[in-house]
Amino acid sequence: MAVMSTPRGTETVVVVGAGIIGAACAEALSARGIPVTVLDRGGLAAGTTSRCEGNVLVSDKPAGPELDLVRGSRAEWPDLLARIEGSDDVEWEDKGGLVVATDDDTAAALAQFVAAQRGVGVSAQSIDTHEVRGLEPHITPDVSYAVYYPQDAQVQPVLATMAMLRAVRQRGGSVRSGVTVLGIRRHRQDGAIRAVLTDQGDIECAAIINAAGPWAGQLGDRLGAPLPVQPRQGLILVTAPLPPMVRHKVYGADYVAAVLSGEAALQTSTVVESTAAGPILIGSSRQRVGFSDRIDPAILREIAGKAIRLFPVLRSVPLMRAYGGLRPYLPDHLPVIGPDPRAPGVWHATGHEGAGIGLAPATGRLVAELFTGTPPHLDPTPFRVDRPGLGRVA
Amino acid sequence: MNITVDGSPVTARSGQTVAAVLHELGQTSWRTTRRSGRPRGIFCGIGVCFDCLIVVNGLPDVRACQRLVADGDAIATQYGVRLPDEGGVIP
Repeated sequence: MAVMSTPRGTETVVVVGAGIIGAACAEALSARGIPVTVLDRGGLAAGTTSRCEGNVLVSDKPAGPELDLVRGSRAEWPDLLARIEGSDDVEWEDKGGLVVATDDDTAAALAQFVAAQRGVGVSAQSIDTHEVRGLEPHITPDVSYAVYYPQDAQVQPVLATMAMLRAVRQRGGSVRSGVTVLGIRRHRQDGAIRAVLTDQGDIECAAIINAAGPWAGQLGDRLGAPLPVQPRQGLILVTAPLPPMVRHKVYGADYVAAVLSGEAALQTSTVVESTAAGPILIGSSRQRVGFSDRIDPAILREIAGKAIRLFPVLRSVPLMRAYGGLRPYLPDHLPVIGPDPRAPGVWHATGHEGAGIGLAPATGRLVAELFTGTPPHLDPTPFRVDRPGLGRVA
Repeated sequence: MNITVDGSPVTARSGQTVAAVLHELGQTSWRTTRRSGRPRGIFCGIGVCFDCLIVVNGLPDVRACQRLVADGDAIATQYGVRLPDEGGVIP
């Protein structure tokens, strides 16, 4: 390839998707002085980001690239919050996670899972049944084995996303909702990206980042960079505000199996956590139902039943509402982060499935490092779009 | 039918909601907010907002606008937030 001079013009990076991943990419780029424009065809933080739980979980990741990414993210969260204004209000809570088993088979599987995590340095403390009641006074006496993860945390995803987008604006970046991306225009000679085409007109840019979450496949097609992202629905129940009764992120050991599964069929597992506002969030389900936003009451009943088994006092607590969100699912359960070799100037940051809140800061940092040619803080290779796990994508 | 409101005997008619009974008594608030203790009563009146919560027979967080009174009900002001009494039943 001939050596090309950089085409003159804007150096703006357009980030498509104003969810937490797009916001984290834009924040990290703008913090390094790169001009950014964030676009979303809907509202800000109004898609998957507004329909999840705000998990920053180390505990549910097996040893491997996603664990590396979440550990990077867990370390980055406090730094990120420290450098943006308004981060006192994002309901960040260093509360720790408690994974519990109530039968011998699940306990054995959990013990094995934990041993592998400890092998790579994850802090995971086995807790006996008496200590469990000390940590969670309302938990069922049926717990036979539990593991405490001090690094698990929680954040309010919409507030965190808005704080990041506010920082982007304060640094001179632009954030626009209600703008649909239609395609890109490239330089006739060297093929470099000149502009992103939208229903509100063209926006000059040098690169575009696909952070469209479950809709990243549709956007990828328009950018000449297809992705096998599929939506996977998760449902969550919301109780009336309660006094503090669930102190940690508490979930059944079956959650790990459901997270790791690629089954299209319904899977439910128990996740219970309090929020700063008072209501308790109860999850979770995973099911591939396309882009449908229909909520199946039978699934809500199943989730509620499992939560009551974990916390019997919830039996008489009213539910205020339930909501469903689409998780961007990739067949090998790893996000895609970095440039697309098939489409110069097109980058991806998507496919985080149900872990995007926790993984956002490291994703943004990695994108910014790769973009600026800085040595990355973790190995980007497992997240390449042309990795074997995604089949014949490239 | 006969019910009690914060311990005082009250006569109610079949088919009335808890909120209707309280309004008939001239009572417009029956809950306090959990942080600043401010009064709350009917807001949406159609079961959506969860602002008119009240304690019925030991069970907190009952929507006064939705719950029909039953003979013998013990209705009580809800101060802040609380968990159901042991054995609290779903109304």
